[in-house]
Amino acid sequence: MNPAPAASRTHGVVRLEIPAIAEWVAVARLAVAAVASRQRFSVDDIEDIKLAVAESCTNAIQHGTPESTIAIVCEVSAEGIVISVRDRGQGPPLGAVEEERIGEAGRTEELGVFLIRALMDSVEYTSDVRDGTQLVMTKRVSG
Amino acid sequence: MDIKVNVRESEGDAYVVDLTGEIDVYTSPKVKDAITELIDREHYNLVINLEKVRYIDSTGLGVLIGGLKRVREHGGSVNLVCTNPQIKKIFDITGLVKIFGIFDDEQSAMKALA
Repeated sequence: MNPAPAASRTHGVVRLEIPAIAEWVAVARLAVAAVASRQRFSVDDIEDIKLAVAESCTNAIQHGTPESTIAIVCEVSAEGIVISVRDRGQGPPLGAVEEERIGEAGRTEELGVFLIRALMDSVEYTSDVRDGTQLVMTKRVSG
Repeated sequence: MDIKVNVRESEGDAYVVDLTGEIDVYTSPKVKDAITELIDREHYNLVINLEKVRYIDSTGLGVLIGGLKRVREHGGSVNLVCTNPQIKKIFDITGLVKIFGIFDDEQSAMKALA
């Protein structure tokens, strides 16, 4: 049997659905890190992706309902990884957070959103009452 | 995934909180409980040792910020020990390097409390 073409080893879509409870967040971030490691990301980039996914799941847990689930889709290509995180909640506060205000009272909830925006190359949110919240974030392979 | 928390008395009235493992939305309540208990017992000078922490997220940062706010109300301080580049990067990009004292070793962190 001939080996698969090299391209097929780094291109693919992985879907994961976890319960929207805190103890499952580690499963999500480790699974996505394993998917990202199929691409030519640096160790630092993979750590960034792990944290961004964990923050997205944490937001979903904090703003969603306990009985719901979080659906995560990772699409890996030669350019990088696109990760979609969808839940049934109404999402976190999405306003831009100024770095110097993070330590102020009441601002710590927005730390997660700040981190996602800082660590990923692009981030898009959609949120409505019927479909819940979807976050789509991209990390490009550098170099 | 878990976090191990060890609290020990150090010089003067200072206490050291040694953390080992990963601090996330699941494990951070355990860290919060340990810090809250120290502050409730009126210990306001703390060194939190993150040397054996492999991962921290916003909920972990929130616990540290909450602890710092409470001890500052009593004239205290929280210093951190951290050399892990990935964790230092998180403190850097969030600007938290400006509100926490972050040191390479426990002795320096302890000395800076005085």
